[in-house]
This record gives sequence, structure tokens and C-alpha cells, in this order.
Amino acid sequence: MHELGITENIVNIALAKAGEAEATKITQINLVLGEMSGFVPDCIQFYFDSLSKDTIAEGASLHFESVPTQLRCRNCSAIFHPQDTLWSCPDCQAQSIEITKGRELYIESLEVE
Amino acid sequence: MKRIEVIQNIMEANETIAGRNQQLLDRHRVFAINIMSSPGGGKTSLIVQTMARLKGRLKIGVIEGDVASTVDAEKVQGEARAVVQINTRNMPESCSLMAAMIESALNEMPLGDIDLILIENVGNLICPSEFILGEHKRVVISSLPEGDDKPTKYPLIFVDADAVIINKMDLLPYLDFDIAAFRGSVSGLNPEAEIFQVSCKTGEGMEGWCSWVLEQVGSHATER
Repeated sequence: MHELGITENIVNIALAKAGEAEATKITQINLVLGEMSGFVPDCIQFYFDSLSKDTIAEGASLHFESVPTQLRCRNCSAIFHPQDTLWSCPDCQAQSIEITKGRELYIESLEVE
Repeated sequence: MKRIEVIQNIMEANETIAGRNQQLLDRHRVFAINIMSSPGGGKTSLIVQTMARLKGRLKIGVIEGDVASTVDAEKVQGEARAVVQINTRNMPESCSLMAAMIESALNEMPLGDIDLILIENVGNLICPSEFILGEHKRVVISSLPEGDDKPTKYPLIFVDADAVIINKMDLLPYLDFDIAAFRGSVSGLNPEAEIFQVSCKTGEGMEGWCSWVLEQVGSHATER
């Protein structure tokens, strides 16, 4: 729903970093996207194709590494991946939960020429 | 072919502006609360009722975020020291307020003459959870007709909330909303969150909420 702004940021960061490295072409952008972050890769790709036009990022492929949601039980400290939307601890059934992974949203690296 | 390590948060641009907004607010000793809920949850009613109760005690400004219209700005106009309406329809994103929109709105606010800014976000439980604005506290309203399962369906917005308001308490006799279950799932996700049960229509529970607001504004003012 709000991928346009995010994609603008991706293009800006990639162009700045590639510029610093004096690259002439960006061939791939490696992104890390938490499962909970609510961004849709296809949608980011769609905006990217139009926003990167006529820049050195045009035609670059976007690679998404998805990070599954990981939760920690505040009661017994068990670490688990939720099976459904009901977040309860598989060990002690407590519903007191902390999100430990799955909110990531960053550019990990660029491949350039 | 060369690989460049980046490790840069994609939300950094928004977070940088949000930080700037907060510095500006702090310089003027203005406290800001970001109010979020689904459409119809009672954000505008809460703002109107809060202003009515805190009249004479706090000078309140309002920033209204909506996809379109000035309907809400007109509703809060009477009691507010200043109102700025943001319409997100023509912005790159329309589903949430973002820090840059608040930055422009703050330029139009008489910050020297305001103690508290109530920011009414766009009605949505998903997108606003991704964007900080520079606010000091984040408040989520959940109203009884929405059902008691919202924290389970939209956990992120509850995880980051400083306070959660259960609104439309006057409808409790007519609905199957399990207050204990709702409170349990909010506390499970976020043990620190304050939970208030209110009805903006009857005024039930508004005193507790308003005391909390006064307390937050007071401790912010003495911190600086």
C-alpha cells in the first residue's frame, strides 16, 4: 500500500552508494524484508522499474531475502515461529510475546559494475 | 562485477525527518501524540472530547490527516488553538501520515502558543505502524464494533503503542466484545501499554485518559 515511498528510498540509497563507489551500473540490489513488514516485493519491483529508468540502476534485478517472523515467549523464553495469527507459546501456551525477528527492512548490498 | 556492502535501513529517510520534528517540538516544549485507529474508530471524537475536557489547562493544536476532505478539521476547529489539515490523496502515499507531512504542518503551527499537538492519522491499522512522525507518544484506539481480535490481526500497531483506548464502551451491552480477552492480547504483545476504556459519546472513562495526557505533557515540560 505504501511501496512507492519505500521504493524511492531504495533507488536513492542505491544510487548514492553506487556513486560513492564510482560504479557505472547497478546489476542487483539485495534487500532484506521481514515477513511482518507488510511490503509486497512484486509491488516494489513494479515501482522500481519505473523509478530507475534512465539511471544506472535501470534493469537491475531486485533480490529479496525474506526473514520469517520469530517470536520469544516472555514467560518461558522459548523462541518460536508462529504457525498462524494466534500468537501463543508452543511450550507453555502463554500469550505474552515479544517480536524478535520479522520487522527488517534494509538494503543489504549492491552488485555493481 | 563488484559487491558493495550497504546495510542501510530503507526507512531511514522518514526516521531522520521524524527526529528533526521531535527536536523542533522539544525546543518549543510542545508534546505530540499520534492517534491511530481504523476508519470510524473514534479518533476525531476523542480529540474533540479531550480538547473540551482540557480547555483552560492546555493549549492544544490539531493536525488532521485524511485521504481527502476537511470534514474532520471543521469538527475540531472550535476548541483548537490551531488546526492543520493534511490531505494525503495527492501525496506519494495516501495510507498513512509520514514525517515529511508533519514537518510541513509544523511550519504552519504557532508552536510558541501550543502545549500539545494531537495528530489524527489516516484511518488504517497497517500502514501507520510503519511510520514514526516525531511524536512523543503513540496511541491506538480500538472500538467495540470492530471486535476484540484486532491485536491478533494487526499486532504491529499494538506492539509500538504507548496507550491503547477501548472506545464506544456504551455499546458493550449490545455486542459480544470480550474486554478481558482484548486486554489480555494487548498486554501480551505490549506489557507496558496503558489501556483505557472510554466512551467518547457518554464521557465514561475520559477522566482517566485526560489525566494520563496531562501527566505526559507535564513530565515532558519538566524534563527540558
